[in-house]
Amino acid sequence: MTKQFLLDGQPVPFEDGQTILEAARKAGHYIPSLCWHQDFPPHGSCKLCIVKAAGRHVSACATPAKEGWEVESNTPEMNGERRGLLQMLFVEGNHFCPSCEKSGNCELQALGYEYEMLTPRFRHFFPERPVDASHPDMLLDFNRCIFCELCVRASRDVDGKSVFALTGRGIHKHLTVNAESGRLADTNFSKDDLAARICPVGVILPKGRGFAVPIGERTFDTETIRSKTLKEEES
Amino acid sequence: MSALPATPTAALDGVLQRHGHYPTELLQILIEAQDLEGWLPAPTLTHIAQSLHIPRSRVEGVAGFYSFLYTQPVGRYRVLFSDNITDRMLGNAELMDALCRKLWIEPGKLSEDGLVSIATTSCTGLCDQGPGMLVNGRAIGQLTHRRINEIAEMIRQQRPLELWPAEYFQIGDNIRRKDSLLNLDMKPGAALAAVIELGREGWLQEVQKSNLRGRGGAGFATAVKWASARNASGEPKIIVCNADEGEPGTFKDRVLLNSYADLIFEGMTLAAWAVGASEGFLYLRGEYRYLLPQLEAVLARRREAGLLGRNILHEPCFDFDIRIHLGAGAYVCGEETALIESLEGKRGTPRIRPPFPVTKGYLGRPTVVNNVETLAKTCLIALGGGEAFAASGTAQSAGTKLLSISGDCAAPGIYEYPFGVPIARILEDCGASDTQAVQVGGAAGVCLAGYEFQRRIAYEDVPTAGAFMIFDGSRDLFDVARAFVHFFAHESCGFCTPCRVGTSLLQGFMDKLADGHGAKADLADIDWLDRLLKNASHCGLGSAAPNPVIDTLQKFRPAYERRLVSLDFEPAFDLDAALAEARQLTARDDPGAHLHTHEEEEK
Amino acid sequence: MSPAPAPARKLRVATTSLAGCFGCHMSFLDIDEHLFELVELVEFDRSPLTDIKDVGPCDIGLIEGGVCNAENVHVLREFRRHCKTLIALGACAVNGGLPAQRNHLPLSECLREVYQFRPGLENGQIPNDPELPLPLDRVRPIHEVVRVDYFLPGCPPSGPAIWKFLTDLIAGRTPRLAGGLLHYD
Repeated sequence: MTKQFLLDGQPVPFEDGQTILEAARKAGHYIPSLCWHQDFPPHGSCKLCIVKAAGRHVSACATPAKEGWEVESNTPEMNGERRGLLQMLFVEGNHFCPSCEKSGNCELQALGYEYEMLTPRFRHFFPERPVDASHPDMLLDFNRCIFCELCVRASRDVDGKSVFALTGRGIHKHLTVNAESGRLADTNFSKDDLAARICPVGVILPKGRGFAVPIGERTFDTETIRSKTLKEEES
Repeated sequence: MSALPATPTAALDGVLQRHGHYPTELLQILIEAQDLEGWLPAPTLTHIAQSLHIPRSRVEGVAGFYSFLYTQPVGRYRVLFSDNITDRMLGNAELMDALCRKLWIEPGKLSEDGLVSIATTSCTGLCDQGPGMLVNGRAIGQLTHRRINEIAEMIRQQRPLELWPAEYFQIGDNIRRKDSLLNLDMKPGAALAAVIELGREGWLQEVQKSNLRGRGGAGFATAVKWASARNASGEPKIIVCNADEGEPGTFKDRVLLNSYADLIFEGMTLAAWAVGASEGFLYLRGEYRYLLPQLEAVLARRREAGLLGRNILHEPCFDFDIRIHLGAGAYVCGEETALIESLEGKRGTPRIRPPFPVTKGYLGRPTVVNNVETLAKTCLIALGGGEAFAASGTAQSAGTKLLSISGDCAAPGIYEYPFGVPIARILEDCGASDTQAVQVGGAAGVCLAGYEFQRRIAYEDVPTAGAFMIFDGSRDLFDVARAFVHFFAHESCGFCTPCRVGTSLLQGFMDKLADGHGAKADLADIDWLDRLLKNASHCGLGSAAPNPVIDTLQKFRPAYERRLVSLDFEPAFDLDAALAEARQLTARDDPGAHLHTHEEEEK
Repeated sequence: MSPAPAPARKLRVATTSLAGCFGCHMSFLDIDEHLFELVELVEFDRSPLTDIKDVGPCDIGLIEGGVCNAENVHVLREFRRHCKTLIALGACAVNGGLPAQRNHLPLSECLREVYQFRPGLENGQIPNDPELPLPLDRVRPIHEVVRVDYFLPGCPPSGPAIWKFLTDLIAGRTPRLAGGLLHYD
């Protein structure tokens, strides 16, 4: 007999060691995420996957499922908290969608739509984060960084280059590159790296092909992040 | 790429050599590399990365994490004023202002000649003898205007720190009440001899009988932790003493480290015996670096006496030694998994749990992390037996607790009480009067109002790592909460969204109220942020960050309400001030060049 | 969606553009034939559509644009005082939008660049006529200056989004923008 837990009242089967998020998605239930990626160990920083398991708030991506647990996810309370986390991500950076090449293909924006975030609510921090256009093929626009560390992990663990790292602390934490000059051009970064195409938002962008897809035909113009994620899970 | 001058490179290579070029030593290497020039220039980071064969980005990541590592130049005299609420109550702001004026510099900035920089830092653990400061890492307490004048003069004369008056650097223990632990006069090795007699299993049973629980505040059963590590697979096993005493208002570990170091190291060795561990670390907070030489001396003496090293007390297969690992200004490293990351030479970011350190800790090995006081207490159990230990205190809280008492009282200092002591009794003993509130357990703890002073210090009532800050009727509890909110925003590691952004947002709301822009709507937003921080944070720092606000909003709400200028809405900034730059650029000062910040004044 | 049940009387609506481009107003006109339905349900107070200069007591106020100068503050406060329901219409009102991109530059640099450093302006000076509103040091979203009841993002929000939002409001429903109507660009 397979083990199962209840997600919003519905039984979800799981195997030992599977996290709540993995088991839920496999069973066709959507739990949102930004920093989680199927090819990497759980990271647990964005907190979008927050659920209530047995009455306690946990990250679904990092918490192994347990037999008999009652897990709340798609509830007004949890979705309200997710909206709050999205608002935090929007105000701490400079997310100006109308001029962003990633608009329409951006997971942060798509989650804003999914959780009906109509306002950033808080005061904007308007941080100073200059762009790095030094590299011949790629542009770095730090204004949009959400600190998911996917580029850090991809470059370190897959590309074997450690081009990216986080430095600073707290609200002053920021992305840095592996060069004394601080310039991407002075690293061995390549447009063919996994790190070059893993950014869920618009920080790491290829040069020379912005706004290639017209509005109306971009990824999240045609489907929601919920349906896209679940479709990818099936295939 | 700029080349390093010859001498620093040679000295730097010496540092790298001394640490065996191990990447796990990165934080220690950075601390010592910084000693060479006072800060860490970019080429130094590059050189360290090349020598350790690790990416430069990792070195920069670590260097940027710790408050006491500087990737920008700082003064040859680096003055850091301790900024706990107790320092503030003793007038640290005025003293810092005075020193800045005397030396003609602005806080946070470097003087043009590179001589001096002055800034604040989180609680330095001198609350019983504040206001405190660190000068180039050396602690000075009991600051007065007179001392500040003298310090300004000595800095101006560029007098080396070694030639400053010795009494400046004397940090007293201020022990006011002793009980079983502080009265223990143990010959080094006596507890060890006793437990070797018992055998590893017998010793673990004794600890179990004692009902000893962690003194770091969480109160996890020590015997359970030790047994888990013992039963976990992986070698060698590790014992870590958490001396990263960063909780504002706590200084009991400072006193234990200063005067009871043998009990601590012996306790670590007792833990090693139970667990079967062979490596030990004492993680010493950067603020207590001045204790390092004397602690190293104690370790050396213990090695010579056969109390550390191979075959301890001639017991075959009992090998254990201890290294001291320095922190560098990061409160979050008091969290055990962040501490382990830091031990590994990384940024102090708390890990995902499970796995817990007892199964996968330092370098993936079974690791016990215990508080300083917990480890010292095990000596009592070794000498007197578990049952005797369990006989004092309360049903769920065996033994005694060291309290670090500061704030508004006649006799601040260290008090050891059996668990179960009522708050009111403590207040009486330390000579507190007209007490309005007590913050127990530090910034992350609980704020108790007068009607709660019959409550007791115990895991089942008011648990605490030991901080006990007293506020009399003259204090404003809003200011207290705001100081703690600033502390958490400064100390957030920035890993998870709710804590990284939420602590800054919360700080923004507290500042909005403090600056005279408060509105009723802000209190609802503060409530909402408190809840999200508590629910969604990755570690205890984030979930504890709203505690001071939650408590004071409930128990001292008028302290917030009297700051409101609107019952509806109020901008967070001064609208007229937002026009100041434009006024200056246009040389205008007509009525149209101004805005009333409060709308009702407009008509 | 049909706006039922209809309110007992026509609701009074005011609109304005602060630091905006009138793109949101243009998009408002993009509700096309719904305009005929709308005028049955509402009447306009101050708005570029009516040319009424001062806002009077209103049910709904629509604010396009962020707050970049002293006049924006006065107008926004007028609207807040007179409108039972105040709505941030479009990206600039919601988060400062394009005008807020200047927030990374000191105001003095912006003004000098525009009035003094451009070719042909060698002797130029920053205008100081008291008739002109002074710019704020930073551009603010409107919710940082007054209390805002609802937010309708988009650059601009589409005609259908605006229509859905208004019909919800008029019918007494909390407005929702689901199913592809919500956009930040």
